[in-house]
Amino acid sequence: MRAALLFAAVAALILVTGFVQSWNTALLILNMGLVSAVMSLGVNLQWGFAGLFNVGIMGFVAVGGLAVVLTSMPPVPEAWGAGGTRLIGALAFGAGLIATAILLWKRMPKGRNRGLALTALMIVGFFVYRWILDPAVDAVEAVDPAATGYLGGLGLPVLLAWPIGGLMAAGVAWVIGKTALGLRSDYLAIATLGIAEILIAIIKNEDWLARGVKNVIGLPRPVPYEVDLQADPAFVERAAGFGLDAVTASTYTVKLGYGVLFAIVLVILLVLAQLALHSPWGRMMRAIRDNEVAAEAMGKDVTRRHLQIFILGSAICGIAGAMMTTLDGQLTPGTYQPLRYTFLVWVMVIVGGSGNNFGAVLGGFLIWFLWVQVEPMGQALMSVITAGMADGSALKAHLLDSVAHMRLLTMGLVLLLVLRFSPRGLIPER
Amino acid sequence: MDLLNAFVALANFVLIPAIAYGSQLALGALGVTLVYGILRFSNFAHGETMAFGTMVTILLTWWIQSMGFSLGPLPTALLALPFGIALTALFVLGTDRVVYRFYRVQKAKPVILVIVSMGVMFVMNGLIRIVIGPDDQRFADGERFLVSARTFKEMTGLEEGLAIRSTQAITLATAIVVVIALFWFLNRTRTGKSMRAYSDNEDLALLSGINPERVVLVTWLIVAALATIAGTLYGLDKSFKPFIYVQLLLPVFASAIVGGLGSPLGAIAGGFLIAFSEVTVTYAWKKVLGYALPESLEPEGLVQLLSTDYKFAVSFAILVIVLLFRPTGLFRGKSV
Repeated sequence: MRAALLFAAVAALILVTGFVQSWNTALLILNMGLVSAVMSLGVNLQWGFAGLFNVGIMGFVAVGGLAVVLTSMPPVPEAWGAGGTRLIGALAFGAGLIATAILLWKRMPKGRNRGLALTALMIVGFFVYRWILDPAVDAVEAVDPAATGYLGGLGLPVLLAWPIGGLMAAGVAWVIGKTALGLRSDYLAIATLGIAEILIAIIKNEDWLARGVKNVIGLPRPVPYEVDLQADPAFVERAAGFGLDAVTASTYTVKLGYGVLFAIVLVILLVLAQLALHSPWGRMMRAIRDNEVAAEAMGKDVTRRHLQIFILGSAICGIAGAMMTTLDGQLTPGTYQPLRYTFLVWVMVIVGGSGNNFGAVLGGFLIWFLWVQVEPMGQALMSVITAGMADGSALKAHLLDSVAHMRLLTMGLVLLLVLRFSPRGLIPER
Repeated sequence: MDLLNAFVALANFVLIPAIAYGSQLALGALGVTLVYGILRFSNFAHGETMAFGTMVTILLTWWIQSMGFSLGPLPTALLALPFGIALTALFVLGTDRVVYRFYRVQKAKPVILVIVSMGVMFVMNGLIRIVIGPDDQRFADGERFLVSARTFKEMTGLEEGLAIRSTQAITLATAIVVVIALFWFLNRTRTGKSMRAYSDNEDLALLSGINPERVVLVTWLIVAALATIAGTLYGLDKSFKPFIYVQLLLPVFASAIVGGLGSPLGAIAGGFLIAFSEVTVTYAWKKVLGYALPESLEPEGLVQLLSTDYKFAVSFAILVIVLLFRPTGLFRGKSV
């Protein structure tokens, strides 16, 4: 009952935005709200179900975005010809090197020799790797750097990128989980924080992969383009039937199209998460979260279960990242900031109610709404405060400028207030 | 001669920057490690505390400069620093009173406190951007170089110049003074001893009549001072940009963890270890090797192991290696 009321309230907020500001703003909030809800479901899976403290969400979201480029952009044959094979060879060599190192570590008897052998292998291997990789990278990046300069993608339909984004994030999560999940909670937090930064650094720097900070723009879209709709007489006629001009109607249609696609993904994931929560598996997860020692004594393999749910949650974040990049139509690695993509999602989960899937979804919508709307609200507040000041005074200009940063402050306050007065969130776990 | 040139180039581009950066990291990591030892949580807001302290110091520096005071060859910021520390300490104590104390009294789990510190991080981040804005601020004044590359060349007749910026010298000097003072305080004074006792065994410390609120108060005071000094030195050496301090969180935490959370000595060792690795791995060795090796072996490329943007990867790799092989850190930290 309480949940239904809260959801109705958030829906009302978005509707009010539509009536007061514009329907385009409202639809934008709705679409990003859906994406945020998916991210927050993923984090809820890790934190709410299993108590894993992952602050590397930004990295998984970015990997999902990368998947869109790698899946849907057309391949660049010249770049493949210039050095593609050698590059793939170098990556394969790198992977083989790490596998050999792990094997060596496991097979050799303990002692100084093992450490020395491992160090020698890694140092020699690193230089060989760079020797194979560097010329290939130079060759690929030299191919028409203003337009491509990267290997391109597979040219597959963009919707396929969503599950692929999930799979790629899952792969990254497997590697991270294998190394970091044995660590204590604080260490896991720092480890994931670091991995996320490294993933972003890789996407920013490896231009052959996705053009780095030169951005990939013009990603294929799963919905029609506005101009095509406006040129379609049947569409114009139908729009006129609703009393709308063709331009407005086309923007609404495109945004609604995205909204429907995102909603389908969210519903599927929500149903799966609910089923998981109420299955024996979900109960086992919560048992592990509440008392690891007892669960272990009951014969549960805690590390394996943790790895499993870490991969699942990260995969969901990857899917959300792919959806977001599809919505943006471009991959801009420079825009990934931990405050926006990691800590904001945490605020969503905590405020919504960790351990409750509906709570996480609600938090996603509500916090995203606030994140967007705090700025205009702050603007209004500041113009009231500064109304009495002389025009052109430095303080007034400074205060009006500072509105842009109100959202961080507000998010922090919301998080602190919820933690203090309603620590289990708006829709608590049952 | 060539070897000497190689060493000077090495000192100029690797040793001196790494020593300065290492001192800054060590001071930051000391703050993290103290919060962890006494208050028993990883303070994600520490980067913001550093930024906040620096911001207050910068504002005071501008005010002092506008009054026409200066310290001559030394940066004016040093004069503003004590007042910056005092204001930051007030702010941090206020945060403790309003936010953290509630959870301490409840004996909340450490991970809850970490999430709370995330909230504090957001609030401070917003405040900093509202007050001083997100842009780059320079506030270093006074003499720029202690030894400039040209004077060094004239003095020694070497091809390579050695430049020591005054901020680097000040960083090292301040760090040494602060660390000595801190260790004297922790090991020799009654309050310092009670802090260490509290960190080692809370219950036993309470039984022997140590007032926990007083220990916490002193800890926050020291942490605020360390954070402000570390942040200001970093800002003087490089420049002040709010978002850089969020990114400093990772190397600072890495230093504290590598050294062993809760161990002050470890924090210092960790800071220098991380700084030296970051600088050596991302430095282009062409010049040094060019001098040191015979001509036939002279390298063609830049001999840069990783591009500078991967410096996070370096701190992180060290962190993971240490955690895998020695989970409590180099100096046997504690684990809550």
